[in-house]
Amino acid sequence: MATVRRFDHGSRVPGWDQSVDLSKDPAVVPDPASTPVPEDLRVKIEDAVRRYPDVRSASIPALHVAQDHHGWCSPTAIEQAACVMRLTPAYLASVATFYDMFETVPKGEHTVYVCTNISCSLRGGDQIYEAMLSAGGDDPSFNIRSFECLGACDIAPMASVNGTYVGPLSEADCQTIVEDLKAGRTPLDAKQIRHRLKATSLSAEGAPAVGGVDVASGPSASGNDTAGDKDM
Amino acid sequence: MSVQDFEILFHEIDRPGLASLAVYRDLGGYSMLKRALTEMDPAEVLAELQASGVRGRGGAGFAMGKKASFLPKGDMDKYLVCNADESEPGTFKDRELMQKTPHTLIEGLAISAYAVGANRAYIYIRGEYELQAGILEDALIEAKAAGYLGDRIFGSDFSLELWVHRGAGAYICGEETALLDSLEGKRGNPRLKPPFPAINGLYGGPTLINNVETLMNAPYILRMGGAEFAKIGTETSTGTKVVSVSGCVRRPGNYEVVLGTPSRYIIEELAGGPPEGRSVKAWFPGGSSAPVLPGTDEMLDLPYDFDALAKAGSMLGSGAIIVIDDSIPIVDVALKTAKFYRHESCGKCTPCREGTNWTVKMLERVETGEATPMDLDIMASVCEAIMGNCLCVLGDAMAMPIGSMIKHFRAEFEAHIEAARERNGLGVSIPDLMNRGDHAGPEPLLEPVGAGAH
Repeated sequence: MATVRRFDHGSRVPGWDQSVDLSKDPAVVPDPASTPVPEDLRVKIEDAVRRYPDVRSASIPALHVAQDHHGWCSPTAIEQAACVMRLTPAYLASVATFYDMFETVPKGEHTVYVCTNISCSLRGGDQIYEAMLSAGGDDPSFNIRSFECLGACDIAPMASVNGTYVGPLSEADCQTIVEDLKAGRTPLDAKQIRHRLKATSLSAEGAPAVGGVDVASGPSASGNDTAGDKDM
Repeated sequence: MSVQDFEILFHEIDRPGLASLAVYRDLGGYSMLKRALTEMDPAEVLAELQASGVRGRGGAGFAMGKKASFLPKGDMDKYLVCNADESEPGTFKDRELMQKTPHTLIEGLAISAYAVGANRAYIYIRGEYELQAGILEDALIEAKAAGYLGDRIFGSDFSLELWVHRGAGAYICGEETALLDSLEGKRGNPRLKPPFPAINGLYGGPTLINNVETLMNAPYILRMGGAEFAKIGTETSTGTKVVSVSGCVRRPGNYEVVLGTPSRYIIEELAGGPPEGRSVKAWFPGGSSAPVLPGTDEMLDLPYDFDALAKAGSMLGSGAIIVIDDSIPIVDVALKTAKFYRHESCGKCTPCREGTNWTVKMLERVETGEATPMDLDIMASVCEAIMGNCLCVLGDAMAMPIGSMIKHFRAEFEAHIEAARERNGLGVSIPDLMNRGDHAGPEPLLEPVGAGAH
């Protein structure tokens, strides 16, 4: 029987005692007079708020904006968003902790989500994740996460690199991604999803082989045998 | 032209510049919106949608026209929400559609909003689709500038405000009531139904929620006429379906087929089938939430439509076929599937929150060989306890594929346990039933093969 791992404070849950400080009063809606908010952050959040009949609906857009500005949903970021929206920081924190894309701890500026869900793992997604970790895992400017299905199983195994979908990836591509990001280039331009034609237009030879990790080149966009002659 | 090659949404999809208003308009874009607003009244548009028989493409397969007809008449604030939170593993059709032809979605949305009298609409797109959200935003700006959205469109009395709302990574937000909560700026927890969103939805108002692909069919339904559209496909599954084929096939991708096309044609002809020397062991017909079907001839010959798949014990779901070939251990797939649902369970209902967690733990025991065949029965009973006992179907969506894998591949699960036990020196767990020698333990509690099957 394996022993249950416990943290220093005796609980199996990390940080259970950090979430509340009973000696303090709960944070109220931040005072605009004492909460400096960067101007572009304020403009973007106010623009988002105008789109909805209820101000709270702009929570996710506001948190996206705040995270882009501060790098993560820091207490400062949440306080500033809460100040503009006239909500309590606790409300926005409750939203931020629900969604996978909001980071509640500091992280590297380059975000790489490697899909390791069913379709990608059938084609080597787990190996790509390992390769990605060994290529950039030690670099604090990278935030490499294994992610649930990103909705691009046609280019499996794939990853979302700073929001750009690339695939099908080989293990060698992981090093290229790290180098591209460090050099400030767009990652793996030839394998980005925006270039991909519909599946029936791709030539049979250009299609990636199963196994994923040994695929050297991406799907060719040259074949055009069936497109265009369809009757509606 | 064979019947399988009939394409509606994908017909012109790779035309250069289709995402721009100019090219879309050259192909006849927004003419159906104009016709609807200037020549038809909302009831007529609704009647056409109902006559088409088009069923929801997001997963549940409910008739779109019927759902729209549930919205009450009157001049209260009504909403239309497009569910573009495409997170079902294996599904990527909406991504390609929105990226390449965003104006079809906007036109379909506007037509549907007119039919139900909604004046405010949102496209809830998953947060990861940054490229597609940007393309939609650009298309919205173009459409607003051209007067296809906004106040008094085409000089009619109808006004529509449309916005793109980006999510932030939560599978549960694809469930319609969780989506509404998320759109209202809360944590994405599902709501109790009834009341259904058609009566009490976004901000408490009547709300129609439809999938991207469903809404994109609306302009084509008006162009062809509902009755003519209903002639495509089978009697109860009308129209075409964009099927996302992925996994162990040579040409994964989106293929638009007429509903009722044999599944074998989609998997083997269009997607190229499994690689050389391998065969289909199992396949998810409709995303990872659908019960898996074995790769037998009988199953592969099933027509790909809502009713045939339901009759075979699975479902069309979101129209995502994931093919698993014979080189893949089914236990690995089961564990991946269960871990996904454990991660994505919102935690509101106990059967789902605990059931997904314990199923993962038991499957990990199967992987390490600590399990016995009885665990398979416990797993099946856990799955049964989840089904129908939660506010939404996320738990069911794990229970159905896991239950079906145990049902169809029980022998493989047992062999996997035995092999892992032997590897780890844990001894045999299934006593040899035919030849119970000196080493035989007590009688097994349940007959190993077939027990616990539904």
